[in-house]
Amino acid sequence: MSQELLTLTTNGLYCAAGDFYIDPWRSVHKAIITHAHSDHAKAGHGAYLCHHLTKPLLKVRLGDFAYESIEWNQPVTLNGVKVSLHPAGHVIGSSQVRVEYNGEIACVSGDYKTTDDGLSGLFEPVSCHTFITESTFALPVYQWELQEIQYRKVQDWILANQAQGFNSVLFAYSLGKAQRMATAVAPITNNIFLHGSAAAIHEALQKAGVSLPNIKKAGQQTEKGELKNTVIIAPASTMGTHWLKKFEPYRTAVCSGWMQVRGQAKRNPADTGFAISDHADWNGLLAAIKATNAQKVLATHGFTSVLSRYLNEIGIEAEELEYVN
Amino acid sequence: MNAFVTLIIALGKTNSINAKQALLAEYFSSANDQDKLWTIALFTGKKPKRTLPAALLKKWCAAYCQIPEWLFNESYHTVGDLAETIALLLPAKGEEMTASSASLSDIIEQLSDLSSQSDEEKKAFILQQWQQLDRNACFVFNKLITGGFRIGISQSMIYNALAKAIQKSAGEIAYLFSGKWHPTAVSFKELLSKENAVNENSKPYPFYLAYPLENSLIDNDNPDDWIAEWKWDGIRGQCIKRNQQHFIWSRGEELITEQFPELHELLLQLPDGTVVDGEILCANPTSNTIEPLPFALLQKRITRKRLNTQILQEAPAIFVAYDLLEWNQEDIRQKPIIERQRILSELTNTIKSPHFKCSTPILFENWEQLRNIRNQSRENSTEGLMLKRKTSTYQSGRKKGDWWKWKVDPFTIDGVLIYAQKGHGRRSNLYTDYTFAVKDGDKLISFTKAYSGLTDAEFKEVDAFVKKNALEKFGPVRTVKPELVFEIAFEGISESKRHKAGIALRFPRMKRLRKDKSVEDINTLSDLKQLLLQHGKTYPL
Repeated sequence: MSQELLTLTTNGLYCAAGDFYIDPWRSVHKAIITHAHSDHAKAGHGAYLCHHLTKPLLKVRLGDFAYESIEWNQPVTLNGVKVSLHPAGHVIGSSQVRVEYNGEIACVSGDYKTTDDGLSGLFEPVSCHTFITESTFALPVYQWELQEIQYRKVQDWILANQAQGFNSVLFAYSLGKAQRMATAVAPITNNIFLHGSAAAIHEALQKAGVSLPNIKKAGQQTEKGELKNTVIIAPASTMGTHWLKKFEPYRTAVCSGWMQVRGQAKRNPADTGFAISDHADWNGLLAAIKATNAQKVLATHGFTSVLSRYLNEIGIEAEELEYVN
Repeated sequence: MNAFVTLIIALGKTNSINAKQALLAEYFSSANDQDKLWTIALFTGKKPKRTLPAALLKKWCAAYCQIPEWLFNESYHTVGDLAETIALLLPAKGEEMTASSASLSDIIEQLSDLSSQSDEEKKAFILQQWQQLDRNACFVFNKLITGGFRIGISQSMIYNALAKAIQKSAGEIAYLFSGKWHPTAVSFKELLSKENAVNENSKPYPFYLAYPLENSLIDNDNPDDWIAEWKWDGIRGQCIKRNQQHFIWSRGEELITEQFPELHELLLQLPDGTVVDGEILCANPTSNTIEPLPFALLQKRITRKRLNTQILQEAPAIFVAYDLLEWNQEDIRQKPIIERQRILSELTNTIKSPHFKCSTPILFENWEQLRNIRNQSRENSTEGLMLKRKTSTYQSGRKKGDWWKWKVDPFTIDGVLIYAQKGHGRRSNLYTDYTFAVKDGDKLISFTKAYSGLTDAEFKEVDAFVKKNALEKFGPVRTVKPELVFEIAFEGISESKRHKAGIALRFPRMKRLRKDKSVEDINTLSDLKQLLLQHGKTYPL
């Protein structure tokens, strides 16, 4: 990479010319945040720059800090470095960060997926010299089915559960997957309960103008009687907890790309799994990387060695970028 | 094959025994007879003839998917199952696939026909199937080639499910399906016909197996209600004599009559219509007591195709009778064991062969006394004790309640984790296969591998440690920082030239993760050598 433009420090990825960090894991004075997941967005930075739709999420999750937000493709200049955000398609508000200085362009993908989920915006390839890409599912065994097929499978499962008198619990990340799953099941039910953490995100996004299905909050006041024929969307941490008891009888499913492999799905204590991911699959990663025309690719987060080795073999210079977390 | 694919996928999605049984019963009620037969065969480990080596499948798949071989291997190490790896690597297809009209047995037959074809013809057939079948069907199709459906189905589940679909009891079905049969040689109807059962002189009874005794479970029981016997470490077997023909079956339902010619003399002496359950051991037949030879010798006896005089002299076999299942052509499994053993001891007196011994009950007054006797198990070259309730019938399969095995406590050694490799099946993409080392001076020396004994949560924890602390990669193997200490339990120790440390362990497994210990506290090679000296000879591998 243009070592001068972005370097990896103990605080995280740093742009010396612009004096800012991208998704740093320690407190810094200025942070650009790709998206509001907790491994990318930490509390306690002096100032934040993010997308308009990430800002309300950071407020919910991190509390009050000095947030500044911009629209996609609206460059700002930080100490002479041109910075712009571009849709990453991962979750609502998620963005790639394009950094340009002295004619040198680097792009940090954050997490991304290349298919349009109808909520997060369509991934936009950014031409650059250096592309820092995630590689969560960088193995060719990860090839996702089309979203409509995935959603139909979830719907069929819920309808079958209903027919047998069971509620359906979908385990999903509160940010991103929960909104997608609510959208996925909305065509067949208006009885969607969200766990508190997901509901907070849901409401914040609705307030910010995002069109999402109406949901019910699964608070303590819910009476047992009204909990029939419901779909419950909750983080996996609620699995087997007292909180879920009021929804009995129910069946459970984990919604995650890791469910693609039988062994991993079996390991999961949930009744079933749906391989629905907010990350690009193998073909998505390759297509995205090629579309950047980058001279150098740095792979982070995931199957970094597989991806970089493969890229080198097909003539794209690549390296692993080791995060020292 | 569609119904079978649906069955496999659905079985893979549930952990409930009842749900699995219901799925099987539903399948059996609609599948044709030949498919039923093949399904039972596949689920009980009877594989179709293997006509394609894994290497060819790998090669064709990698070429078809245009990926290099190393990337195929990386995928395989993460998925942990060849059939599934291929199914996932093939380009994803839409959901609307033309339903394959071929039945399960059709497909198996087509695969078996491949054996006489050229590699090019084989490849054409396989690729055509790969292109045609959706991902689930592709996985099942590949499984039919690579063999081994590990889907958590026990024989008794299959027989119970089949009992619901056809008008027979599960016990009867278990009996009819025991012994040697293969779908290529017999039909479903033939197997189930009464005549077949009568004519099949060789049929063994399903073995009654015991669970390990849970601690202090019998403390409140009256010792007078129980029989205690030594638990010998050989091969469980049934000796059968019917219509002047004799057979020996192993617990794995293999016919092993020919491997033990020295037992034929005693078989000839059994009256017609007799079935004896017992243990085959290698031991000196002329000795009055039972003194087993190394288990490895017994293993040699089974695996050798041809036996020569040398091995017959070196490792003579004896049969230790435990139980009598059939007497005077009558199935007496429903009589109490105390009665069965009484007849057995009368029978024993009539057999004039040094190769025939009868297990003798251990006399004891109370449990404390029996516990002390159990502590001598190793000195007696046994695995521990068997406890059988005096009123117990001879059941089929592994059942709790009436029979218990009460094994002696295992040996233990503290070792440090030095290598890790990803596991298979439900351990895919998890580092679960470990190699451990003991100290040898200031060096570490590997002494065993172990794969089992940890909970899912513990495996997860160790997996995270391996990912964080990997030092080097050798293919799928990771060298890790020697830091995690485990207590390794095992049943026996013997000398081995094949292993670095010069020893080999029997049934090594992880007893627990010793977070309280550091690499400084682990055992040494000389500790192992000491164990070898003390126990290696009397309790060999």
